[in-house]
Amino acid sequence: MSEAYQPARILNQGSTQEKAEGARLSNFVGAIALSDLISTTLGPKGMDKILQSPSNLLDSTITNDGATILSSIQISNPAAKILIEISKVQDDEIGDGTTSVVVLAGELLKEAEKLIHKRIHPQTIIKGFRLAKNIALKKLKEIAQDHSENEEDLKKYLKKIAMTIFSTKILTPYKSIFADLAVESILRLKGSTNLESIQILKKTGGLLKESYIEEGFVLDKKLGVGQPKRIENAKILVANTSMDYDKIKIFGSRVVVNSSSKLAEIEEEEKKKMLRKCQKIVDHGINVFINRQLIYNLPEQFFTDHGVVSIEHADFAGIERLSLVTGGEIVSTFDHPELVTLGTAKVIEEIMIGEDKLIRFSGCKEPSACTIILRGSSKQILDEAERSLHDGLAVLSQMVKNPKTVLGAGCTEIIMAQAIEEAAKETSGKIQIAMEAFARALTRIPIIIANNAGYDAEQLVSELKTSHYKGNTTFGVDVMNGKVCDVQELGIIESFLVKKGMLLKASEATEMILRVDHIMYSAPRQRGMN
Amino acid sequence: MLRFDSSGKPFIIIRDQDQKERLTGSEARKANILAAMTVANLMKTSIGPLGMDKILVDQDGEVTATNDGATILKNMQVENPIAKLLVELSQGQDDEIGDGTTSVVVLAGALLEESLSLLEKGIHPSKISEGYEKACDIAVKHLLKICDKIEFDKENCGSLVKAAKTSLGSKIVNQYTEKIAKISVEAVLAVADLERKDVRFDLIKLEGKTGGTLGDTELIDGIIIPKNFSHPQMPKQIKNAKIAILTCPFEPPKPKTGHKLDIDSVKKYKELLEIEQNYFKEMTDLVKKSGATLVLCQWGFDDEANHLLLQKKLPAVRWVSGTDIELIAIATGARIVPRFSELTEKKLGKAGMVIEKSIGTTDEKMIVIEKCSNTKTVTILVKGGNKMVVEEGKRSIHDALCVTRNLIKDNRIVYGGGAAEISCSVAVNKASKENTGVEQYSIRAFSQALLSVPIALASNSGLNSLEAVSEIQLKQMEKESSFLGIDCLSKGTNNMKEQYVFDTLRGKIQEFLLATQMAKMILKIDDIIRPTGQY
Repeated sequence: MSEAYQPARILNQGSTQEKAEGARLSNFVGAIALSDLISTTLGPKGMDKILQSPSNLLDSTITNDGATILSSIQISNPAAKILIEISKVQDDEIGDGTTSVVVLAGELLKEAEKLIHKRIHPQTIIKGFRLAKNIALKKLKEIAQDHSENEEDLKKYLKKIAMTIFSTKILTPYKSIFADLAVESILRLKGSTNLESIQILKKTGGLLKESYIEEGFVLDKKLGVGQPKRIENAKILVANTSMDYDKIKIFGSRVVVNSSSKLAEIEEEEKKKMLRKCQKIVDHGINVFINRQLIYNLPEQFFTDHGVVSIEHADFAGIERLSLVTGGEIVSTFDHPELVTLGTAKVIEEIMIGEDKLIRFSGCKEPSACTIILRGSSKQILDEAERSLHDGLAVLSQMVKNPKTVLGAGCTEIIMAQAIEEAAKETSGKIQIAMEAFARALTRIPIIIANNAGYDAEQLVSELKTSHYKGNTTFGVDVMNGKVCDVQELGIIESFLVKKGMLLKASEATEMILRVDHIMYSAPRQRGMN
Repeated sequence: MLRFDSSGKPFIIIRDQDQKERLTGSEARKANILAAMTVANLMKTSIGPLGMDKILVDQDGEVTATNDGATILKNMQVENPIAKLLVELSQGQDDEIGDGTTSVVVLAGALLEESLSLLEKGIHPSKISEGYEKACDIAVKHLLKICDKIEFDKENCGSLVKAAKTSLGSKIVNQYTEKIAKISVEAVLAVADLERKDVRFDLIKLEGKTGGTLGDTELIDGIIIPKNFSHPQMPKQIKNAKIAILTCPFEPPKPKTGHKLDIDSVKKYKELLEIEQNYFKEMTDLVKKSGATLVLCQWGFDDEANHLLLQKKLPAVRWVSGTDIELIAIATGARIVPRFSELTEKKLGKAGMVIEKSIGTTDEKMIVIEKCSNTKTVTILVKGGNKMVVEEGKRSIHDALCVTRNLIKDNRIVYGGGAAEISCSVAVNKASKENTGVEQYSIRAFSQALLSVPIALASNSGLNSLEAVSEIQLKQMEKESSFLGIDCLSKGTNNMKEQYVFDTLRGKIQEFLLATQMAKMILKIDDIIRPTGQY
C-alpha cells in the first residue's frame, strides 16, 4: 500500500492527542485523582499533608490548606490544572473553601462520569447541572441570614464563623482565642478589606495559645546604636532615600582625580553632602527617622547626636504599612519640610518577644492598625498557623462587607441537595438524571467530612437526610460526637460567600471539563538547547 | 530525478533524491485530501450550540480550553503543509469576519472529501475546480436572494443582541448569553459610527480578571489599566482629571551618545549635584505648570521625582503599557508628549473621574478612567472562575463583537442553524441539472458538501443527523422557505426566524468563497516533495 492511504499525520513530532472517550477518561481520571488526594483534608478531623520542596529536602511544609497543597504539587494533567486554578481563585477572592471547591468539582465529575457511561450526552449533563446549580444558588440565597443590622450580633456571628474556619485547621485547640484575635483585628479595619494593615509576626518559641494581639504596630527591626529605647510623642519621618552612598544620578559621570589630596577633598564633600541631607531631615522637627534603605554609620551618628532615633532597612511592605499606620507620607526629598506630613505615635519602644528585640509603635494616628503575634514551637507550626489565620481574616473581612451566614456542618449542602431533588421531580427527560447527580455530589461533602472523622458516614448522612425530610432543616453532622444534631445550637456557621463561591466555581470548572472532547498536547519545549 | 539532454548526458533536476520523499499525481492529491479531512473532522465536533470544546496543552504545559476554531487551529502545532493551509484559512476568516472560523474549515474539508470520489471516477482535478467555482457562484447568488435585512438603531438594538447571541451560543458563556450579548452590542454601538457604518475596534478594550463568574462581566464606560498609583499616598480618586501622557521617564536624561563626565574638583562635584536636583524640580514644575492633575507615564520614576510629584499633589501612574497609552490618548483627547518641555495645557486629556479600585482579598489594583472627554472608548471587564474561563470568555466576546460590527457594516443576514447551507444546497443541486457533462457532477458534489455543516450541527445536537437534514431539505423544498434549519436546542420549531438564529450575510459569503478557494488550491497540487525523516 502506498503512503497515501495511511492515516495522515498532521501534528508536529512529539505532539500527541487524545480523542473523544480517551480525552474524557483522561480528564476524569486526572480531576478525580486530584480531588481524592485532597479530600482527606476536609473537615475538622481532616488530615494534614507534608509538602517537600524538590530543591531542598529539609524545607518542608505541613499544611491542611487546600490552596497551599494544590499550588505546590506538580501536575501535567490539564483537567487537574483547571481544578488547581479554581482553588487558587477561591483563595484570592474569598480566602477559604479552597479544599471544598475542588472536592465538589471532583464529586460532580465522578457523577458525570457515571452518567456518560449510561450514554447521556455531556451537553445534556451540563444542562442539568446548570439547572441544579441555579436552584441550589436560589435556595442558598433564601436560607442565608443577613446580620448587617445589629452590630453586636454581627460580632457574635463573626466569632462563630472564625471558630468554624479555625476548627478545620491546626488552630483547633485554641480556636476561641484565635477567633477573638481575628474578629478584633477585622473590626479595627472598619469595613475595609485591606488586610495589609493587619500584620502577622511569627516568632518561634512559646505555645500557639500564647499568641496575642499587639496594640499598634510592631516592626521587626532594631533601633540605631546608642539611641534611646523609648520615645514618647514621636514625630516620625518615613522615608525612602539612600542613606549609604548617595550617588549623583547623572548618567556617565565619574570622578577623576590626580592626587590623593583631591580625593580626600571629594570624599569630604561627599560626606558634607550626606550631612547636609541629614541636617535637612533633622530640620523637619522630627525625633524618629525611618528609612526603607540602609543607613550608614555616618548619618546614624549624626542622628544620634541630634536626638533623632533612626531605624534602617524597613522593607517595602513595612514602610507602606508604617506610613499607613502613622499617617506620615513616604518622603524622598527633603527641601520642603513645610509640605511634608509627619507621622505620629504616642510611644515608640523596644520590646522583647521571646529572644528578639522588636520596635513597637503605639498610640498611632490610624487606630485600625494592629499586629498579631504568633508564637509556636516550630517554624512549620507557625507557617501553618499563619495560613489558617490568613484564611480566617480573609473570610471575615469579606463578611463585614456582606454579612450573610449559612449553617455549616453539612447542613447547607443537604438543604441545597434536597431543593434540587425536589425540583428534579418536576423536570422530565434526561436532565432530571443529571440534576439528581448534582444533588448526590453535594451530599458527598458531609459524607467525606464524616468519613474523615472516622464515623460511619453513610449512616450518619442518611440519618441527617431523614431529619431534614422531617422538617428539622437546621440539623447537621456533629463531627466531634458523631451524631446528628441541631447546628444552630452548636453554633457552626459559615460565610455565605464561601459557599456561594464553592458552588459557582465548582460547577463552572465541571462544565468546562465536561465540554471537552479532545485534548492536544504540544511537544514539550526542548530544554537545554541553548 | 534524471533526464538526458540532447547529447545524451545525464541531467539532474532534483538533487539528493534519496534524501527526499516524493508523492506525485493522484497519490499526492489523496494524501493532501486525507490530511485536510483529518483537520476538518477534528473541528466538526465544535460546531453549534452543543458543540464540544478542546483542551490544548502548550509547550510549557499551560492549558487552554476553547471552542473557537481559529484558536484551536492556531495552537495546534500543525506540521503537515496542507493542514497548515487550513489553519491559515481559518485565520483568514477570523481576520476578515471574526466568526465562522470552524465552519469554513469543515466546509473546505467536505468539498475535498466529495472531490475524492470524483477523482476516483477519473474526473480531472481542474474540471472539479471549475465545477466548484461555478457552484460557489450559484450558492453566493442564492444567498443574496434569500438574505433578509434586520433593522436597528442606537436605541433599538434588540435584533443585534439576538445576532450576538447566536454567535455566543456555542461557547462556554452560553449560560449568560443574554447579558454578554447585550454588553457586546452596547460596546460596539458606543464606538460605532452608524452614519459611516464604521466601527473602530481598537476603542474597545477587553480586560480579563479572575474572580466571580462569567455572569459578573461588565461594561465600563472608560478605560481600565491594571496598574496603581506610583506613591501609596496619592489620592485614590480624581475628579475632572486633566491627564498628561508622557513617554519620557522621570529620571535624569540618558543621552544616547556615549560620553563621560569627569569630576575632578569639589566645585564640579557641587555643580553636578545642583544640576541633578534641578532636573527633578524642573520636570515636576513643567508638569505642574501645564495644569495637569494626573500624570500617566510609560516609563519609571526615580524615588525623588516620585516624592516631588506627591508633594506637588500630582498623582501619577508609571509603567503604563504603550497600547494603553494610545487608547487613553484617543479617549481623553490627550496628546502623547515625549518631552517635558513640550507639555502644554492644550496637550492634556480630560476625564470626568479616575479611581483606583482593588478586587478581592489580594492586593491587585486597577485604575479606572471614566467619563473621558471623547466618550467613545469602552472596556469590557471579563470575569470568570478561573483563568481559562476568562480567556475563553474574552475570545467569545471578541467573536460577538465581530458579528455586531459586521451587521452594522452590512445589515443583511441569512438564517442560521444550517438553514442557509441547506437552502443553497438545494439551489445548487437544482442548478446542476442545467449543466451538462462533467461539471454537473462537481456541482452536485458541491451541493452535497454544503450539507456537511448542518449534518455536523445535527449530530452534535444529538439528533439523527442524516434524517434531520433530509427532513429539513424536504420541508424547504415544499414551502420554498429558506429559514428552516436544525432545531439544535429542541425548542420545538425549525423556524429559525422565530428562534432568532441568524448569521451575517457577509460572513456566510466569505465562508463559501474561502472554502472553495482553498479546495481548489489543494486540488491543484499534484506533487509533494519533502526531505525525509521529518515526517
